[in-house]
Amino acid sequence: MRKATLFAGLVAGFSTFAFNAAQAVEIEYWQYVFDTRVKAMDQLIAEFQKANPGITVKQVTFPYADYQTRVIAANMAGNAPDVMQLFYGWLDKFVAGGLLAPLPKDAFPHDKIEKDFFPIVSAMKRDGEYYGLPTAVRSLALFYNKKLFTEAGLDPNNPPKTLDEFVAAGQKIAKLDGSGNIVVAGSTVDMGGQDHQWWREVLIRQFGGEPYKDGDTKVNYNNEAGLKALNFYTSLQLEKKIGKAGFMDEGQAAFRGGKAGMTIDGTFRLGSFKSIKDFEWGVTELPANAQGVRSNYASYFANGISAKTKGEELEASKKFLAYITSPAAMEIWLKTVGELPALRSAALTDANLKDPIYAPFLKGLEYAHTTLFKDEQGQRQNAIDMVNRVLLEGQSTKDSLAQAAEAEQEMIDAAKP
Amino acid sequence: MAAIEQQGAASGRPGSGGGLSMRTKRLLWVWSFLAVPILFYTIIRFYPTFQAFYLSLTSWDLVRPPKLVWFANYIKLFKDPQFWKVFKNTFTYLIIGTPISLVLAFTIAFFLDRVRFMHNFIRALYFLPFLTTAAAMAWVWRWFYQPPPIGVINDVFGMLGIPQQPFIRSTDQALFSIMVTAIWAGLGFQIIIFMAGLRAIPGTFYEAARIDGLGEWAILRKITLPLLKPTTVFLVVFSSIGFLRIFDQVYNMTTNDPGGPLGSTKPLVLMIYQTAFNSYAMGYAAAQTVVLFTILLIVSLLQLWILREKK
Repeated sequence: MRKATLFAGLVAGFSTFAFNAAQAVEIEYWQYVFDTRVKAMDQLIAEFQKANPGITVKQVTFPYADYQTRVIAANMAGNAPDVMQLFYGWLDKFVAGGLLAPLPKDAFPHDKIEKDFFPIVSAMKRDGEYYGLPTAVRSLALFYNKKLFTEAGLDPNNPPKTLDEFVAAGQKIAKLDGSGNIVVAGSTVDMGGQDHQWWREVLIRQFGGEPYKDGDTKVNYNNEAGLKALNFYTSLQLEKKIGKAGFMDEGQAAFRGGKAGMTIDGTFRLGSFKSIKDFEWGVTELPANAQGVRSNYASYFANGISAKTKGEELEASKKFLAYITSPAAMEIWLKTVGELPALRSAALTDANLKDPIYAPFLKGLEYAHTTLFKDEQGQRQNAIDMVNRVLLEGQSTKDSLAQAAEAEQEMIDAAKP
Repeated sequence: MAAIEQQGAASGRPGSGGGLSMRTKRLLWVWSFLAVPILFYTIIRFYPTFQAFYLSLTSWDLVRPPKLVWFANYIKLFKDPQFWKVFKNTFTYLIIGTPISLVLAFTIAFFLDRVRFMHNFIRALYFLPFLTTAAAMAWVWRWFYQPPPIGVINDVFGMLGIPQQPFIRSTDQALFSIMVTAIWAGLGFQIIIFMAGLRAIPGTFYEAARIDGLGEWAILRKITLPLLKPTTVFLVVFSSIGFLRIFDQVYNMTTNDPGGPLGSTKPLVLMIYQTAFNSYAMGYAAAQTVVLFTILLIVSLLQLWILREKK
């Protein structure tokens, strides 16, 4: 008797399950593990599911170091996620591997994308098709330590606006001990941090050049502009003694420890700097050159739809992607992760533009450039080596620059599919 | 198999049940146990090894199916100045690191063996670094090596009036700075093994030698070292492979510029890692792996041959 009841219960259970399955769609969303990003996505998924009963989104995460390999392996095995997050610099590889489908034009019309998003979204376009859209973007700015500014007799509410002012402020803040070691740096010199982006997309342009040509496939900095930019950068340590590579191990550590007056870093550093208790700090736009030319480097993680997603799942994925790139989602992302909204309307609100921390980053977005890296790690390493040859081995900036340009061109050519 | 079974049946005890003889049963028993590690090794070790040999002949970038390019990867590798630099680094770790660490370990073990006072405590102190995670240790040393104002070593130098050293920020000193930490980390293990080897030498040999009037130096040279040879061979091979595969220390001590300034500390394993998981050039990385495998094989065989028992 009891057996029969149990059996009936089981049958009933299965039938409701089957009924639900016919109604509901489950899609998978993949991103890498980063505590606040995962939490923000959980929140977005909950909101999305509330608005779209019948669609469930399963979030799957992997450590950053494994993430790309996992996505590619899953795609080969036929278990690709429906919607996935990817760094803009991985797009060529993902498209070549057939991982991503072009965004359907019905749900994501191009004119709307180009009108509403910041111009850097063009890095997701290949052969007239967009392959992904970001929720949030990152840009660079100059962080400065107000306590050190005051101590050096500088106005903590009037941070440097030009490169000359930047150097002058750095020289006032920097302190050396009796044997010439830096005790307090005016500004950090750390190519391994964000300085290589600053040199590539900002300084070269401010000295009248353009780092690359032909869709970032031709190195274009082995000229006077590139040389001036490199001379300026290396002189910060060699002549002006504002800072020293390796001081306090890393630039961000030196700033955090209150031992550096200024540092160039990105929005992603806000979380870590917000816990600083020993001093007040501020953020300002990256310094302009004497003619007022400004530039910035922006980057982002975009979300794309898998090439293997079809039918009901595709419809659900389109809805989900539309939601996570909506102004409402971007607001949640900004509050939880601290990254800037990718839509102009969501980013350039009065509240954000009045925010002393977000405003400099947002202003930077308007004139930011996005390097289309072919081998991000390799190209970064190449820039680090270029500066190290000058700082550690005494090579001339001219030779080091020429060597770097040649090596980077080889790297770019080798990465061609 | 049938033949063995019949043979077994003939020599087996009658009525041992199940139709199988004792010997067959024992064989089955043995092989069923052996099957587990054999299967494990075939699937987990041998198959990927052969796969790597195959991949080294392809241009696999993870996303597209591998395309056979024969020896293009090897040609590229031998023309790559980066590879030769890394090759030189790897052998510097090996050729300088192994002898120093073994001589140090032997000397410490030799004298520690005679110390009675707090013997176990001192031994434990030496062994402690070996138990610590390499990554954690590397980070501690990374801080030790910092320039002023935070580096402990440079602080001490400053007090003694010695000029400040750049250590891991220098193209000349970085490799040796890392080697010191690797030697220190492996020392405890080598000391323990050497001490076990020393203890295994019968005391009567020493007594006889002393009665015959041999000096301490002669005893060391004629008795201790020759009888310690199996231990030494084991440690030489073990330590060489360790230095050839050095990775953790290098990677963690220079995370923001992996492989040290201008690649001055980069060993082959780190280059393989970067080629495979930063540039995703799997075929090229596989070729590097095959080269490393060949080096490890040659070095190990060479050492076994040089230090072989002379009959």
